[in-house]
Amino acid sequence: MSEELDTRAFCERVLERAKAVGASYADVRIVRRQSEVIDLRTGKVERLGHEFDRGFGVRVIADGSWGFSASPSLTTEEAERIAEEAVRIARASALTKRKDVLLAPIEPVEGSFSTDWKIDPFDISLEEKIGLLKDADRLLRENEKIKVTDCSMDFWSIDQVFASTDGSYIEQKKIESGGGIAATAIEGGEVQKRSYPASFGGDYAAAGYEFVESLKLIENAEEIAREAVELLKAPVCPSGEFTLILEGSMLALQVHESCGHPIELDRVFGTEASFAGTSFLTTDKLGSFKYGSDLVNITADATLPGGMGSFYYDDEGVPAQRVDIIKEGIFSGYLSSRETAAELAELTPACSTGETEQMSGGAMRADGWDRIPLIRMTNINLLPGDWEFDELIADTTNGIYAAMVKSWSIDDKRLNFQFGTEVAWEIKDGALGRMFKNPIYNDITPRFWSSCDAICGESDWHLWGVPNCGKGEPMQVAHVGHGVAPARFRNVRMEGAK
Amino acid sequence: MSTALMGEERMLDIIDLALSHSKADQTEVALFSGRWALTRFANSTIHQNMAGNSVGIRVRAVFGKRVASAYSNAIDEDGVRTTVDRAIDMALHQDENPDFVSLPGPREGKPNNETDRLEFRSLREGKYSAATAECTAEQRAEMVQSIIDESDRMGATAAGSLSVWAGERAVANSLGIRTYYRTTSARLTTVATGPDGGFGYASAKANDISDIDPRLVGYEAAELAAKSRNPVDLEPGEYECILSPYASADMVSMFVWMGFGALAYQEGRSFVCGKLGEKIVHESVSIWDDGLDPRTIVTPYDTEGVPKQRVDLVKNGVAAGLLYDSYTAHREGKKSTGHAGSLNPIFTPGNATVEEMIAATKRGLLVTRFHYTNVAHLMTASFTGMTRDGTFLIENGRIVGPVKNLRFTQSILDALSNVDMIGRDIKLVDNTLAPALKIAKWRFVSGTEF
Repeated sequence: MSEELDTRAFCERVLERAKAVGASYADVRIVRRQSEVIDLRTGKVERLGHEFDRGFGVRVIADGSWGFSASPSLTTEEAERIAEEAVRIARASALTKRKDVLLAPIEPVEGSFSTDWKIDPFDISLEEKIGLLKDADRLLRENEKIKVTDCSMDFWSIDQVFASTDGSYIEQKKIESGGGIAATAIEGGEVQKRSYPASFGGDYAAAGYEFVESLKLIENAEEIAREAVELLKAPVCPSGEFTLILEGSMLALQVHESCGHPIELDRVFGTEASFAGTSFLTTDKLGSFKYGSDLVNITADATLPGGMGSFYYDDEGVPAQRVDIIKEGIFSGYLSSRETAAELAELTPACSTGETEQMSGGAMRADGWDRIPLIRMTNINLLPGDWEFDELIADTTNGIYAAMVKSWSIDDKRLNFQFGTEVAWEIKDGALGRMFKNPIYNDITPRFWSSCDAICGESDWHLWGVPNCGKGEPMQVAHVGHGVAPARFRNVRMEGAK
Repeated sequence: MSTALMGEERMLDIIDLALSHSKADQTEVALFSGRWALTRFANSTIHQNMAGNSVGIRVRAVFGKRVASAYSNAIDEDGVRTTVDRAIDMALHQDENPDFVSLPGPREGKPNNETDRLEFRSLREGKYSAATAECTAEQRAEMVQSIIDESDRMGATAAGSLSVWAGERAVANSLGIRTYYRTTSARLTTVATGPDGGFGYASAKANDISDIDPRLVGYEAAELAAKSRNPVDLEPGEYECILSPYASADMVSMFVWMGFGALAYQEGRSFVCGKLGEKIVHESVSIWDDGLDPRTIVTPYDTEGVPKQRVDLVKNGVAAGLLYDSYTAHREGKKSTGHAGSLNPIFTPGNATVEEMIAATKRGLLVTRFHYTNVAHLMTASFTGMTRDGTFLIENGRIVGPVKNLRFTQSILDALSNVDMIGRDIKLVDNTLAPALKIAKWRFVSGTEF
């Protein structure tokens, strides 16, 4: 990870020092990240940037409480000073302690792991990358009513070392790439936007530049520009209860907000109560609560190749896993950490049927070297059903097909949500009809998922990459994934934003 | 926090190294450094406690109309040169941006009279608090314990965070801008969870941590949690609405962000388009932005090193001005108002108390704060969100009792056109100074289960 630094010796020094001054547990992460962003706005490269960041963070338990300290300076003196400070902070935490932190057991691991990529995006010239975006931009702006365009690419390269007093030493490397385009049509005080392949930056994957090439941004530019212009004159989405079919990227956010966040066990245990909120999926519901219809199967899967939420080991050294979250509509599992898994095992001994039951689900990740790991989504996936998309439309007499995220909001227990989409189409007698602008739908999570009566199959299933999941204080941004295929929901309340 | 700032001289030395290494037509170097700490608590105990040093350098290189930037947290000589080289390399491989004119110059955004300049200097020197900078993990734990004690006393559990920052920022460019300031801030926030579904919230933010009384913050939240027990369902619909400063600040900051940035205006996607100089909301509403107001976390310069100007955004209900960075300003042949980066919106207080607002309400709701607000429709400044941590029904001038949380979708332009009363007390919430507001009509669209 670094030519000049003996990372193993550095980690050993940190861990030894932490133990020497009183830590009962310690881990250290050294992280080196670089990123590149290219934003072409209305034909002009408005943002072209490269970021480089490196440092280390030390997490300890002392006197039964947590402490953490971090520094960008990777020197021997700083290794010891930060280890000592982390222990001092843990002792201060213990002043308010009600019980000692307990960690679920773990098998120590040694190894070096890397994601796969064909073309390193940092090896591709800026001319080539900007050229691709300019070609897409030119097509977007062929229509004079398109006044603003956004064409962007983002790339990340992350090298990380994790070592702990449990005996683990794990090196991981990950390269991520993504991009997207958007056209905003403006006329007479009306503003309408269409994006491809998803809004808020596009689609992302743990892959190289080949992923951006596969997005076919240029091939799709003219169509979204045309749709943005068409939206200017489209009628406002009608109000009422409708059969709603959601497009993939919108459904990905639906899974994210109404399933991904409420299954985070730290939220359930209240540690996000003052900021992002808690969860309606309390531990008494585990294994019995009817979350959705029998068709609804959701997994948390950190093992999927190419997923933005995939890894080999989480930031506590726990192996990546696939965990059942919703099984045939029944709430069956959480995203967990070593601490919350141990707490859950204490609370729900009836659920523990084997010795692996209290192991962490492996969902702890930190946003860089100076942040502590939190429970984060991995790839939260709605498993495919058996409908073809065309069949699904043909099977719908009256309804609305809504696509692409425009706005989102959900209450602090993740029950009442409201999402706005960029566009919707009327479904009439089994066919897509006229376009509606400003669609909004609003429901209560279990009621909504219980109304799901059809999910498209493998051929329509796609693993979306989401690079902007915010959580925690200080705010940490995680890269997560959601595999979904379009699905149908009955009796959903809709209206048009005014 | 045992902070040791680098100081003006050393920071500007590092910047000078970068500037002298650069062969670009124009170069801008921004350097920040600081020490942060954060103590989080939940279930009435500390569960996350952290501290660290931050440092970073951002270099913007300009060749004609080709611009690119690079960032790094390596600020040794090699790191600085590498970052400069990276910015230059990117700029040289970049296309021209015909709208780019120049980096800001030293005369941009200067305070326009001697009094302002004197005040400016004193603010720059005066808003750094040693008490904040030197706050230890033990002191933070004691403040948290005060909150927990208040919660315990009222039968509630406490969650929240105490964050502390002591830092410095220097910006210089090859046109002669050369600025440095240091600052501190402390923020304490808590949610009290009481029995029977009661929730309460309170927060405080200041340059000087000694200005924050954790007992008062803890008491405010715990008392609300006690008052909001056993909330009942309420049919959604249009109600009179009293927004506490936490809720009104959320609305005001979103209003400013949606409408008053020059870029949104220039691109035609702001509700202010075509309405500058026209009445857009009730004449009792005045909103301005001022990073130098001593009641905010004072920010003397923006991220380009341009001194922050006071800008009237809404004056007596009339759309009055926009916020510019150098790029958007130069496009119109104007000077930057110092608004690259953060905003500091301020809503002019009125003369009402919350009690007077309640007494004047026939049937309405008192809202403690909002959760997860987001834009619903840009051109009508419509936003959506949930109420949270104490929502109360008022009938005939008296609070009847707590109700379950409600979702609203509401145009801010409409809300500010229907302002009945404006609070006399103004509170700093995040970066916005706002009073309580009584709105004649607020549109609640659905409910939830708690």
